[in-house]
Amino acid sequence: MTAMQATLEAPAPAQLEHVPHKKLVIMAWSGDLDKIWPTFILGTTGAAMGMETTIFFTFWGLFPLVRNEVHITGENWMQKMMSMMNRGGTEHLKLGKMNFVGAGPAMMKKLAEEHHVASPDELLEVARDLGVHLVPCQMTMDLLGLTKDDLIDGIEEPAGATTALLEAQDAVTLFI
Amino acid sequence: MDETITKTLDLKGLSCPLPIAKTAQAIRDLQPGELIESLATDPGAVPDFNAWCTSTGHELVEQSEDGGVYRFVIRKKG
Repeated sequence: MTAMQATLEAPAPAQLEHVPHKKLVIMAWSGDLDKIWPTFILGTTGAAMGMETTIFFTFWGLFPLVRNEVHITGENWMQKMMSMMNRGGTEHLKLGKMNFVGAGPAMMKKLAEEHHVASPDELLEVARDLGVHLVPCQMTMDLLGLTKDDLIDGIEEPAGATTALLEAQDAVTLFI
Repeated sequence: MDETITKTLDLKGLSCPLPIAKTAQAIRDLQPGELIESLATDPGAVPDFNAWCTSTGHELVEQSEDGGVYRFVIRKKG
């Protein structure tokens, strides 16, 4: 009976949904697996807590947003060489330490699987569902010769440092 | 407890942050005042569900542990 009353007296859900009382901004500057993983964990959690969450992907941090199936990006030979040496996409990320030509990340992913830790891809999907704003840095896109077609779906329009800092003014800000 | 639980989530085996993230996703479908039950095995879920309810304003109505399974009953904020 009390539950019924509570339901009846409660205001319409539309007024209650999505009223974030805090903001979270993460500057993702590293494309290392061991940095982008906590970035996605914190971003997802922030959104789950009702924080309006934005992640800005800049410099090496932009590589995880490249589509996994895209091999070579860039318009000139230097940009193409860069993409060959450092392939983008969540499946091709390296560890900042103990990479051992890919053995480190492989072991890390195996451990994560055994301990049921969500993969970066899975977290990315939850993040998008919870409304995390994923913003690629326009300057980095130009620098690396990346187009919007090279990047995954469900991300925001590219923006610059001013947009990032404006967003960060009244937010909890992390630099990962 | 004699109130009806609207939705039960089996989050056993999942690690941080999925028990919270999936509860946050599921609670969107509930009406204010309705109850959701989350079952998790991650010991970190105990402080995290308390922190999540403090942050979001949802009410942690009940929490218990039985054989390594943590049970959280949460009332959607009204």
